[in-house]
Amino acid sequence: MAIMRRTIALSLLPLAVIVIGMSLSGTAAAQGELRFCLRSEPKTFDPLKVEDDASMAIRYLTGGVLVRLNRQTQVLEPELAQSWKVSKDGRQITFKLRSGVSFSDGTPFSAEDVAYTVQQLMDPALHSATGDAFRSGPGNVETKIISPTQITITFPALVAGLDRQFDQVAILSAHSTRKEMAVLGPFMVADYKPGSMVMLSRNPNYWRTDAQGRRLPYLDSIRLDIQPNRDVEMLRFKRGEINLINSLDSEYFDKLAATSPQFVHDAGPSLDSEQMWFNEVSRAPLPQYKKNWFRSATFRHAISEAINREDLSRVVFRGHAQPAVGPVSPANKFWFNSKLQPEAYSPDTALKALQDDGFRLENGTLKDKDGNEVVFSIITNSGNKSRERMATMIQEDLQKIGIHVNVVTLDFPSLIERMTQSFDYEAILLGLTNVGLDPSEQMNVWLSSSENHQWNPSEKAPETAWEAEIDRLMRAQAASADAKKRKESFDRVQEIAVEQAPFIYLVNRNALSAVSASVHGASPVILVPQTYWNVDQLTVK
Amino acid sequence: MNIWRVVACAVLLLVVSLSLAANWLAPAGYAKQYREAADSAPSRQHWLGTDDIGRDRFARVLYGTRISLLLAPAAAFLSTLMAALIGGMAGYLGGSWARGAMALTDLCLSLPWLFLLITVRALMPLNASPMVSVLATFLILGMLGWTSAARVLCASAGSLRDSDFVRQARALGIRGSRLFWVHVLPNLKPVLYAQFWISIPAFILAEANLGILGLGVAEPMPSWGSLLRELEGLVSVGEEPWKFVPLVLLVVVVTSFQFVLSRQEELAA
Repeated sequence: MAIMRRTIALSLLPLAVIVIGMSLSGTAAAQGELRFCLRSEPKTFDPLKVEDDASMAIRYLTGGVLVRLNRQTQVLEPELAQSWKVSKDGRQITFKLRSGVSFSDGTPFSAEDVAYTVQQLMDPALHSATGDAFRSGPGNVETKIISPTQITITFPALVAGLDRQFDQVAILSAHSTRKEMAVLGPFMVADYKPGSMVMLSRNPNYWRTDAQGRRLPYLDSIRLDIQPNRDVEMLRFKRGEINLINSLDSEYFDKLAATSPQFVHDAGPSLDSEQMWFNEVSRAPLPQYKKNWFRSATFRHAISEAINREDLSRVVFRGHAQPAVGPVSPANKFWFNSKLQPEAYSPDTALKALQDDGFRLENGTLKDKDGNEVVFSIITNSGNKSRERMATMIQEDLQKIGIHVNVVTLDFPSLIERMTQSFDYEAILLGLTNVGLDPSEQMNVWLSSSENHQWNPSEKAPETAWEAEIDRLMRAQAASADAKKRKESFDRVQEIAVEQAPFIYLVNRNALSAVSASVHGASPVILVPQTYWNVDQLTVK
Repeated sequence: MNIWRVVACAVLLLVVSLSLAANWLAPAGYAKQYREAADSAPSRQHWLGTDDIGRDRFARVLYGTRISLLLAPAAAFLSTLMAALIGGMAGYLGGSWARGAMALTDLCLSLPWLFLLITVRALMPLNASPMVSVLATFLILGMLGWTSAARVLCASAGSLRDSDFVRQARALGIRGSRLFWVHVLPNLKPVLYAQFWISIPAFILAEANLGILGLGVAEPMPSWGSLLRELEGLVSVGEEPWKFVPLVLLVVVVTSFQFVLSRQEELAA
């Protein structure tokens, strides 16, 4: 009997070893389902066509990239590429790829897939916003497969921050029949109910393992509920139906902090800014005297000085914002020009500067040298309470120096039509969402010929000397592969932007988020996606 | 007159009186920002607390009530007048006139009025002062709100056209505008009054809806619509009950109008 027991025990031993071995080196034990909300319907699952936030979130969760910007350290790290090298002229990049990696459907990954992805990305017919970042000059992109694990990509002209741009390029399979649904990221799309939810399941072939050799991700699935209403999102978080809120308003943040301070995270100033600008378009349907005000740097500076940014940060954002300094948030550690300081609030200095420029204060009303009362309107998008409050506070601030401001809220399409087509506006207050860190991503704002050069779009030639200088500096930084030289050029751009004040930067909002106690491993940061940037290492219990 | 109607009249009178006395009752102007006391709870200085940027809520409720309560009847008057002219005339003239007018009314009724209001608001000059924007908002509401009343008036005028006294007047040789102004219109008065009273709460609510969308009365001027926006994002009633005062006031006023209205409907019947 004892022999028999020993025989059974011995015969079970290999099975036990297999089971233990599986748990140590194979897949991790089930670690739950993460749930959060997308605020709009994803417009596409094709990672090369992504433009909207919801699709961007899905791309981040499912797409495998060659290199990844670590959202915490802001340093570029290897992913599917073990190493890479950018040529001195900044036109060519060579990747050494990982071997033994497969797509979610089992198709092996090789340099051929990278070449295929780049060719698809740069196809003009695709109109890819991601691809536009690589388009720096006329000509074709060439890909040269050196071996299954090595590839060289050559661009027709220098691409500024070339390696960082690949953070946004999810690699597609050249051979899979599942097309963009075959992925290299930690999760894959398992189900999609339009208007309701997107279900992602764990990619069994994801290449990354943890320090103990267990295959990541830990989570079994992610449920993304499509929920545009932020009140409902907040309620669902409070009820425990969702695990995190990626971007919180300061009002909701404080309410949640009052009851559950352990759930909320303020990661400090984000890359996003709130700003206003005056219409400087020469063909705008405005009286000439108003155009003269708006095109005067003295006038713009005086307005900037008369705005109490500390109050905006403290009252509108309840202290979860910082007075803005210039075009780059201090959160952008490398590119921020640390010599710059926020504009000091000084209505007296502002008034004096205006009076020196020919304006005069009569019975509490400011008038220009021709006797025109200084009155202008600020437009902002209706429904955005923070901006409406900021505009109302600016209205009162400027009243102190005799300037009468009319606050107008318009629906977004009407506002955009005035801003880009009819140019029938005086000042606009809007925000800028910065996703990337590199200044090249702001080329479309700073180049005077650009359609997004908001204060005076599509100039045939720079209309002012300082705009010409910004054009030169932006092109110089984009044409250089030397980070130090690029920084010098962009520092000067920031200085000119502050001196000339085409944009009056108001505040940098803090990156606010909420993560429930059931989520382990989360460490919210300022860069998008703030809460789930390390999604492959999160667990939910 | 039953007791509820008396109470309703008294409430309306009280609310109107308080709003008209805002200059004396309010501790500060509706635009004054106490930034150091933003979003504060009720206190001796601020009876209903302050809003998000520190403006005294009690002052804003009083001034907002004045705007909503004075301009909603003005918009109601305009829409009733238009309804009387279009619907009353169509009913009186009958035949193809009535069919044409009712086709126009149906067309207007089928328009997505909210989008129309947003579009019209977007076309307004940007440098209109807050007072002009208030007037424009209610003017637009008044000009778009005549359709339902026009249908009722068309039907009423149509029934009057074939009534004995109108036939008798015609037999006596009275024709055209004299017949309309002297014999038909005075008999439409009860219906007109009823339509006028019905429209007032509808316009108050319409302005409140526009205000919730951020498209109503321009800042810094308050209205019930803009005051109701504070309730967005409020998770529970018990959290900050004083923020519900504008909503309670709106409900009380609209309900009071309904009680007064039932009397008008009795008169019209």
